[in-house]
This record gives sequence, C-alpha cells and structure tokens, in this order.
Amino acid sequence: MTEKTPHQKSDSTGHGRPDAEAREQLGYFAGRVMAMESLLIEKGIIQGSDVQRMADEIDSQSPTDGARVVARAWVDPDFKARLLTDPMTAIRDLGYELASNMPRLEVVENTEQVNHLIVCTLCSCYPRALLGRPPQWYKSLAYRARAVVDPRGVMKEFGTEVSEEVELRVLDSTADIRFLVLPQRPKGTEEMREDDLVKLVTRDSMIGVTPARSPASSAVL
Amino acid sequence: MTDAEEPRFRPGDRVRVLTGTPPRHIRTPAFIQGQTGVIEVFYRAFKNPESLAYGDSGPNMAPLYRVRFDQGTVWRDYQGCPNDKICVDIYQHWLEPA
Repeated sequence: MTEKTPHQKSDSTGHGRPDAEAREQLGYFAGRVMAMESLLIEKGIIQGSDVQRMADEIDSQSPTDGARVVARAWVDPDFKARLLTDPMTAIRDLGYELASNMPRLEVVENTEQVNHLIVCTLCSCYPRALLGRPPQWYKSLAYRARAVVDPRGVMKEFGTEVSEEVELRVLDSTADIRFLVLPQRPKGTEEMREDDLVKLVTRDSMIGVTPARSPASSAVL
Repeated sequence: MTDAEEPRFRPGDRVRVLTGTPPRHIRTPAFIQGQTGVIEVFYRAFKNPESLAYGDSGPNMAPLYRVRFDQGTVWRDYQGCPNDKICVDIYQHWLEPA
C-alpha cells in the first residue's frame, strides 16, 4: 500500500477529495475546505499556487498598516480630510497597495461627541487590508450578538467606559463596506513624532472597543 | 430587480426594513428587519450578493445604503444612552419608504 497525503488521495469518483478516514482526522471543516479546494483546482478555476499566494498576502497584513494610516491622519489634517472622504485614494497615496476588487473601505472618526464600534453580526467582515486577520473574539457569536444589543457593556469588559454625553454608534458591516475607526489622538502627544504615535494605535482602537494608548501607559510596554 | 436599478432614497429619508427569511442567502440581519430608520449614506450599487451567492456573475446590481436606527427603538430594554445609534448597511430592495 502506497502512502499518500490526504491531499492526493482519490475517492471512487476520481476527484481528489479526502476520504472519510482522512476527513475525520482533519475535522469536518478542514476536510470540507480541502474538498472544495481540490475541486476548484481540478475544474481549472484556481491553481494551487493561488491559494498559497492569498494566504501569504493575508499573513503579510497586520494592524501596523492601519496604525500608520491613523498616525498620519493625526499629524496631517489634509490627509485626514482625504482619508475620511476618499479613504481608498488616501491610503494608496501612502504607498499601500489595495486590490481593486477589495471591499470598499470607510473610515469613521471618533470625536468628543461620537464613538464608533465595528461589528459584523452576519459573519466576520473586517478591514483586513489594514488590520490583517480579525481576532478570535471579533468572530465569536458572543461579540457579534452583544456588540449590537449592549455595546456599552461590551466596551466596559474591554476596560472602556463611554461617557453618557457621548453618542455610541455601532456600525454593522453586513454588506460591501469595511469600516476602520480613526481613534482620537491621545492627550499629551502634541510633541510626539509620527513614528512614535504609530505605537499608540492598537488594533482594538481601530475596531473601536478601546481608545488609543496614552503615552504614559505605552512607556511601560 | 432590473439591471440598473436607480437609487430611490436620499440621505435623510425615513425607511422601513422589509421582513422575511427566504430559504436562501440574504444579508439583512433579522434583528433589523421591520425597523424604521433614516438613510445616512448612499454608497453606490454593488453586485447583488443574493444572486452572487448562486453563481450569478451578471450585471445584477443593488444600490447600497447605510441606514441609521435609534438603539432605544430597536431594543425594548436597551441599557445605553438615548442618543446611541446602530447603523446597518442595507440593499435597496430590502427598504420601503416610511
């Protein structure tokens, strides 16, 4: 008996789908994804290298990209104005490559009056182009349900108390738009350089569950 | 739906979200169905995800809006503040004038 990897194993239909035993080892969803992938390759819709290239591209994206965009907006009012009105162009001008088929990005600004919180109640839509993969909690049923029903309670669990004077706006990205929060520039950062400001912009502050770090707290890290 | 549906609503218009749970892919969350809100943004038309999900790659376009709702009217026991809002992106064919 020749040893084959689950990827190469063929069933009686001749498709390169993993058989029942291999599927069991992989778990249901991994087996299903592998079956779909091999069908797409077999039908010539994609090539095996496309999947790897996409995975590499996704892994190359991180919240640092979003943080650079935010820090630039804090120091450059013209850039900020463009970021809020035409985010794709503004971000491309910073040197980021945004695929033409990516979902449209919208940047929403937190102010003294309004605080934004991002969720996708239907699945896990997320501004991956600027933040990379979403954190596990963002995809959890608990966050997706509670962020809309009890956003202030959820934020409290992240350590964020939103004043009653502030309007809390939840944005549910149900469709073709991905949202990025532009957090408020922390107080006491007027003298800081852009490169140092980048370090204050956390992933969670761009989802909206927490504010950006204050310079005092980041000095410890 | 026709190929090039014109946007029917403008920012500020009051709209009601239609209800229904057809046995197919939809992107209108159940919690917002039947609710009345205000058009905040008209983005543009996008390929209709409800037909895209079934292999349609044709020009079936659906205008998309950001619709703003008062949290206090969406949830009977909402614990937050009176000004709090929930904004949901909804395709035109799920909206009617209110």
